[in-house]
Amino acid sequence: MAYSDKVVDHYTNPRNIGTLDKSKTNVGTGLVGAPECGDVMRLQIEVNHETGIIEDAKFKTFGCGSAIASSSLATEWLKGKSIDEALSIDNMEIVEELALPPVKIHCSVLAEDAIRSAINDYRAKNGLEPIESEKTHF
Amino acid sequence: MLKLPIYLDNNATTQVDPRVFEAMTPYFLEAYGNAASKSHPFGWKSEEAVDYAREQIAALIGSSEKEIIFTSGATESNNLAIKGVFEMYASKGNHIITLSTEHKAVLDTCKHLEKMGAEVTYLSVAEDGLIAVDAIAAAIKPNTILVTVMYGNNELGVLQPIREIGALCKERGVLFHTDATQAVGKIPVDVLADHIDLMSFTAHKMYGPKGVGALYVRRKNPRVKVTAQMDGGGHERGMRSGTLNVPGIVGFGKACEIARLEMAEESARLMVMRDRLETELLKLEESYLNGNKEHRLPHTSNISFKYVEGEGLMMGIKDVAVSSGSACTSASLEPSYVLKSLGLDDELAHSSLRFGLGRFTTDEEIDYTIKLVSEAVNKLRDMSPLWEMFKEGIDLKSIEWSEH
Repeated sequence: MAYSDKVVDHYTNPRNIGTLDKSKTNVGTGLVGAPECGDVMRLQIEVNHETGIIEDAKFKTFGCGSAIASSSLATEWLKGKSIDEALSIDNMEIVEELALPPVKIHCSVLAEDAIRSAINDYRAKNGLEPIESEKTHF
Repeated sequence: MLKLPIYLDNNATTQVDPRVFEAMTPYFLEAYGNAASKSHPFGWKSEEAVDYAREQIAALIGSSEKEIIFTSGATESNNLAIKGVFEMYASKGNHIITLSTEHKAVLDTCKHLEKMGAEVTYLSVAEDGLIAVDAIAAAIKPNTILVTVMYGNNELGVLQPIREIGALCKERGVLFHTDATQAVGKIPVDVLADHIDLMSFTAHKMYGPKGVGALYVRRKNPRVKVTAQMDGGGHERGMRSGTLNVPGIVGFGKACEIARLEMAEESARLMVMRDRLETELLKLEESYLNGNKEHRLPHTSNISFKYVEGEGLMMGIKDVAVSSGSACTSASLEPSYVLKSLGLDDELAHSSLRFGLGRFTTDEEIDYTIKLVSEAVNKLRDMSPLWEMFKEGIDLKSIEWSEH
């Protein structure tokens, strides 16, 4: 199976690899997937308490090229967005942007889950209720 | 000058040897007769070529040329052997013994027969991929008609104790079939010394063409018969009908002859290269060899690079063609069942690469592969959350993973 140019680009030059200090109250961490499924994503956001804007985003991913590209793209999109804007990112936008084939759609789902999980971690740290996902992916 | 990409997937298939190709060419445009046409020189010429190939093939495995049944490949040979024995020996019993690490052509054939009333025992292998002969002995029952155990495993390269299993089956009066697809042409295989009753093998794994294989069917002590699975003109002693693939068979014969004459030198050379590749890659932290190190094919190496996903790794080494035990492309996300049979953790099974060297592999290619794989593993670990956790001393098993 051939990968799209965009997947290859993100895989070769991943954006925002790294680790944020998860002990900080303005950092939210999402860890999704499982080693036995062959995909684990960790996505972190650093939020400006004053403005509610995501000022930094980092990821680390264990997975195939599409999983790495999906999380790399997600961090790119997250930076500069408000929490609400971030929550509106849909996995299908990732699928379209990276031209993922059907067998790789789960990679985009995982990236969306990682975003939500990171946001909920941030909210929990700041005494807010978690946001339930309205959609189910199957 | 190094030519990219590099082919290190010789367990999947091999390049046709130019000498094999050359031997085949006259049988497309000139000597195109049907080997079953007895009434004219076109047929005679083809029949003669097939007879000669049969001798070349028989010489490689120590059989008589009359014991070679041509098929379309090892998958068909496995089907014919197992289904053919099940039908032919139905009055003697219905129990078949095999291993959980066999090729799908054997496992799925057995599953098919279970629906037809067969009783199949799937034995588990040890952590090193090998089966203990005692385990087979213990599984043999009065209604056992067949034991089928592969010679060399396609994913790991491990060699089962075929001679001992053959001796056991002979002693217990049970037929013994082996899928020797990966072994024939790579290591010495002798059907008499190994007490093999039926053996599947194929041309394209030993520098011959695709689409032609053989089933060795023993004719003496005991005389073995299989029920044909393909009805028609009664070719191949009635066991496999269908016009013979003459050019393919000629190529198969030539490939066997070259293998017989050059195997010793070739396997020694490949083993040196394989061992060098393996030694260098195992120097990477948290990398593990899968399968028994001693009892294995000279040209195969299966290594897991923990905390790196196999498919992602293959993308990082796209100039080197290898196979991965990970199957992230399928809907199931299931890693290799062979690796899982060894009791490997899923993440190790997902992290494996199989390197298959071949006749045309060069030292320069191995150097390049060592460098490329090492760099890719290090790069992917730098972006792997699992590697970071491992480095921080976090036990991955202590984490509650969110399945998706």
